[in-house]
Amino acid sequence: MDLEEAKEFKERCTQCAAVSWGLTDEGKYYCTSCHNVTERSKEVINTGAIPNTKIQAINRGLKRKRKLEKGWDWYVCEGFQQILYQQAEALKTLGVGPKLKDEVLHNFWKRYLQKSKQAYCKNPVYTRGRKATVLEDNPSHSDWDSEPDLLSDFSCPSFVESGPDSQLDSRTQKPFPISKASQSASICSGSLDGVKYSQQKEKGIVKMTVPRTLAFCYLSLLWQRETITLSDLLRFVEEGHIPYINAFQHFPEEMKLYGRDKGIFAIESWPAYEDIYKKMIEIAKFLDLPRFPDITEDCYLHPDILCMKYLMEVNLPDEMNDLTYQVVKMTGIGEVDFLTFDPIAKMAKTVKYDIQAVAVIVIVLKLLFLLDDNLEWTLSNIAEKYNEKNKEDKPWFDFRKWYQVMKKSVDEKKQKWEEARAKYVWKSEKPLYHSSIDRAVVYKRREMVVSLQKQFSALTDSAPTVEKKSPSSFQFNWTEGDSAGTCFHGHSLQGILKKKGQSLTTKNSLYWLSTQKFCRSYCKHVTTYEESNFSLSYQFIINLFSFLLRIKASSLHEEVSLIEKRLFKRKYSKTQKKSRSRKRRKY
Amino acid sequence: MSDFSEELIESKTEDDQEESYVFSGTGMSFPWLQNHIGTIATGGKKEKDFAQTTSACLSFIQEALLKHQWQQAAEYMHSYLQILEDSDSHKRQAAPEIIWKLGSEILFYHPKSNMETFNTFADRMKNIGVMNYLKISLQHALYLVHHGMLEDANRNLSHAETWRYGEKSSSQEVLINLIQAYKGLLQYYTWSKKKLELSTLDEDDYAYNAASQSMLNHSCKTSVNLGALIQTPGVWDPFVKSYVEMLEFYGDRDGAREVLTNYAYDEKFPSNPNAHVYLYNFLKREKAPREKLISVLKILYQIVPSHKLMLEFHSLLRKSEKEDHRKLGLEVLFGVLDFAGCTKNITAWKYLAKYLRQILMGNHLAWVQEEWNSRKNWWPDFHFSSFWAKNDWKEDKTLACEKALVAGILLGKGCRYFRFISKQDDEVLRKKIKRIKKSVENHSIVNPGL
Repeated sequence: MDLEEAKEFKERCTQCAAVSWGLTDEGKYYCTSCHNVTERSKEVINTGAIPNTKIQAINRGLKRKRKLEKGWDWYVCEGFQQILYQQAEALKTLGVGPKLKDEVLHNFWKRYLQKSKQAYCKNPVYTRGRKATVLEDNPSHSDWDSEPDLLSDFSCPSFVESGPDSQLDSRTQKPFPISKASQSASICSGSLDGVKYSQQKEKGIVKMTVPRTLAFCYLSLLWQRETITLSDLLRFVEEGHIPYINAFQHFPEEMKLYGRDKGIFAIESWPAYEDIYKKMIEIAKFLDLPRFPDITEDCYLHPDILCMKYLMEVNLPDEMNDLTYQVVKMTGIGEVDFLTFDPIAKMAKTVKYDIQAVAVIVIVLKLLFLLDDNLEWTLSNIAEKYNEKNKEDKPWFDFRKWYQVMKKSVDEKKQKWEEARAKYVWKSEKPLYHSSIDRAVVYKRREMVVSLQKQFSALTDSAPTVEKKSPSSFQFNWTEGDSAGTCFHGHSLQGILKKKGQSLTTKNSLYWLSTQKFCRSYCKHVTTYEESNFSLSYQFIINLFSFLLRIKASSLHEEVSLIEKRLFKRKYSKTQKKSRSRKRRKY
Repeated sequence: MSDFSEELIESKTEDDQEESYVFSGTGMSFPWLQNHIGTIATGGKKEKDFAQTTSACLSFIQEALLKHQWQQAAEYMHSYLQILEDSDSHKRQAAPEIIWKLGSEILFYHPKSNMETFNTFADRMKNIGVMNYLKISLQHALYLVHHGMLEDANRNLSHAETWRYGEKSSSQEVLINLIQAYKGLLQYYTWSKKKLELSTLDEDDYAYNAASQSMLNHSCKTSVNLGALIQTPGVWDPFVKSYVEMLEFYGDRDGAREVLTNYAYDEKFPSNPNAHVYLYNFLKREKAPREKLISVLKILYQIVPSHKLMLEFHSLLRKSEKEDHRKLGLEVLFGVLDFAGCTKNITAWKYLAKYLRQILMGNHLAWVQEEWNSRKNWWPDFHFSSFWAKNDWKEDKTLACEKALVAGILLGKGCRYFRFISKQDDEVLRKKIKRIKKSVENHSIVNPGL
């Protein structure tokens, strides 16, 4: 009907020169081909003289503001889909196979929409079956069409989301920005269901959040058994290789975000390991996923391989691989059933592959050096003397020297990391605001910040302040045979092992447990980590690895304790008769 | 699956609620606490990383400023500016002032910065938030003054002066007064330059009249500007001084006296020794009666007993007819010499030596003893050690002689200082030392019989 009334306006559009006008709710003409809104309104043309010109001016001001808020009709879940799409693309550029995006993540997401009754089901939450097409390269991908029974019922108006929406006619399905629905929705959010979404608290439904997009990514990586661990994924996010913070910036121009969308899509924290891990299990359970593909010995996530990787990363001798291999074998943490994620199992859990591998290395270091701030230095003295005398031979591993090299490089890395974090640009170029009243203020503030920033960046060198690192699963780089002699990969463990019959045994025959007694009370803490209770070497090792994985030191300590519990099962079953457990170990 | 693996999962769920959220909302910051907070891993409703990194960024800026690394500071500043977009309105509102302080510091010292950048920065910052406009305007003007751009500074202050924003809060009112006063100070500067010019001109010259006329114009404006601030309690030394100078120049002695008296005696004003010094100097110029001068200095004596005017105060008291004034005269001298900075003040020692003799001859032994009792424990080591005897003798023989006389009177012939000086054999001073020995013999308060 709007189009009918607008027929009398025959001027050409200033933007696209078309003569195709519609009327907005305020009675202004807008161009239906380019959505340019004119300053002229129907009343002005018809009546000619409006007594109070002030009203007109105010009206015009309002108009201009509203024009910018209009965009496509879109739903919150489409926003998340957009983010997932970007993340999947980023993973692809990181070298992950294309299957991850097109099959795995796509299916997980479809399943999520179905489970959360947003699409692909008989009674979707939204009346209008708007096809979620952003994830696909080709909007009319066969996948969507091949499952008609899953798709929502277009013509079924039985479920309406809110009052004004019930009057929707078929016209709103056109890719046409101005509809009554969008106008009523635009009061509090750019998306159609932003307000409703943020209030929604349905039991049993896992609501989508931005951190959960990463859980989706990780689930897909795990399904594909890709060579990216959770800590790697989160590090790539922090380094900006995977869109996360301000991911909404790259939404299509027409997807406007404001109001409640801000609370849904704006993120001011980096993802935390424990949090994403938790969310991942939660989503896998919610999606009712079957058992994941087996993690076998040739998978990257298998502790043997990860141990090898982390030994290289922290510059420890390759010979330690034998020991990690044995610990993995003895504790049974390398078995397929243990490693494979099965969300349907009674107590769904998955292994924190990276933390576990690192914990194994910590245990091996404890076996070799005891790490009591004493034995490791004694052994270092012996190795140092040996190395001085036998310069030609393969050098013995000198813990002290290794400590010095690592301490220095970790401290430098940490410093750089902290500086880079401090310089992190959080705020998007596209600021989000709560309501149209805020809009001008928010944009002005943004402008001001940009102009101030320009001033200060003029003072700094032309070089970018934070150089972007190219993504790598290694954070340190140790090359054999460099002049400084800082690479320990080729060093031998001879000074620390001794022959006993056929096998080699560690010279050190003592061991201390990271946790004597596990907490069994309702707090569900397995153990606690009070740094000062432990030796300095142990603290250093724990801090080194937890920095590498960007996790809390306590999580690693806990993992070490849990593996020790498996390793020294007998000791624990004797119910801690002695306060300090000592044990002989043979290999 | 072993049972611990269940614990493994369960343990995570509780983790987040267990650890509490630590954040200090006060403006104070303890660096070690900051670090400690950083290491406490928090979960659940934790501080957002944005807040954490901006505060880290702030400490990096502060560190860079401390080390004069302007380049780095500017880099971090670039990131810190994000705080202006913080969703926490408290932080957002506190930010402009911090940014202004740090940013102006950076721009002041940064080698690539110049007047223009600073001015643009100041103009931008003025318009962020209402409460900062005046403060920044004033500091901007001071920056301009520092760079000798008096006219620009004056223009800036004039702008700020006329700035109004709804209901002014009382703090803003003081700021406006301060801005006006600084404007006044700038005008005073021009005025006193003109005054200097005038003094070189001949009174009959035509230019003289014009110059004096424009001087008068300046002074009118200035007194208006300065007057308001001086009424408000505070320490306004430079403003008061220049205001009084102008008043005096135009012969308004009563006005000047009123201003100074008010400045010195109004109880609402913080205690300020300079207020009394200005009043005293003014009264001295006016040739006010001794009684009046003494009463002004008495207050100064209570605030700053070591002030250099105390010796003048002593002279005034010494000449007074009143006995308690003369007693106070002794107190004042002792008081001056209590201070380490005055130990080598030869005039003070000279006065003391002379006055002690005078008082003892006037039979006021009790006065001396009263002063000495509280000092006899520490003055011998503080003033009259053998180290000082050697040192004083080497550096200033006259001082040594005066001190020896005082030491002898107060401590008797046996004291180290007196003995050392009296043993010295010096051609020029032989006579003087002999006189000293005699004086000590006659006046020493220590009973030689004991």
